[in-house]
Amino acid sequence: MIYLYAFLFAGLVCLIGQIILDNTKLTPGHITTIFVVLGTLLDVFDIYDKFVLFAGGGALVPITSFGHLLIHGAMDTASQEGFMGLVMGMFDLTASGITSAIIFSFFLALIFKPKD
Amino acid sequence: MDKKDYQKLVDKNTPKEKRLKNGIVAFFIGGFMGIIGQGLIDLYMNWFDISSKQASVFMIVTLIFVGCFLTCLGFFDKWVNFARCGLIVPITGFAHAMMSAALEYKKEGMVTGIGANMFKLAGSVIIFGVVSAYTFGLIRLLILGGSV
Repeated sequence: MIYLYAFLFAGLVCLIGQIILDNTKLTPGHITTIFVVLGTLLDVFDIYDKFVLFAGGGALVPITSFGHLLIHGAMDTASQEGFMGLVMGMFDLTASGITSAIIFSFFLALIFKPKD
Repeated sequence: MDKKDYQKLVDKNTPKEKRLKNGIVAFFIGGFMGIIGQGLIDLYMNWFDISSKQASVFMIVTLIFVGCFLTCLGFFDKWVNFARCGLIVPITGFAHAMMSAALEYKKEGMVTGIGANMFKLAGSVIIFGVVSAYTFGLIRLLILGGSV
């Protein structure tokens, strides 16, 4: 059943993005940025955690989860360390994604040539 | 039929159909990406006997690698043109943005090319993510006081 919810949730997020893209003059860069901000906003009241429990991977795949993980790591550390924890824990949970994206794109860029 | 009426007719008919088609394609491909994500989490949990949190990290790394690799091979640009938000909104879009920027500026050298331009497209995601996470986190700390 979680697969159905994953499908519906991820599909719905992409559909909203596509509707925004088609009906306004915003670029794909704007769309991803809007979704990241939306993800952090939804995590303020732990709404996104419920989505993750409900839709599993479907809620983790869209870029909204990136914002959710940013604020989640920051808040986790902040609950132990106080205000400085916000700065210390910001990249705790997203470090894997950012690091792997940098490593893969750097080494693959060295190997491959751009295709036109 | 004069030009104005014709333009009205064109506006009424062509873009709507395309929008509907774009929306359906984005919905199904985006949903399919969600199924792949959940499938990979279950697969890794069974294979390596790890918790779902670790498996989700593995899943994100896998999807980023696939996105980067397919961009290098040249398939991904065509797929993005077809699926639009169905592939841009999932984490593969983030990988695609970084990889294509790195490839595009490769000819300008390692430091001034790849190093300086890798975050050209994907940088806004990180910047706005951090800024909004800090702001909302601060507000939540001040109002609600720590974790809820």
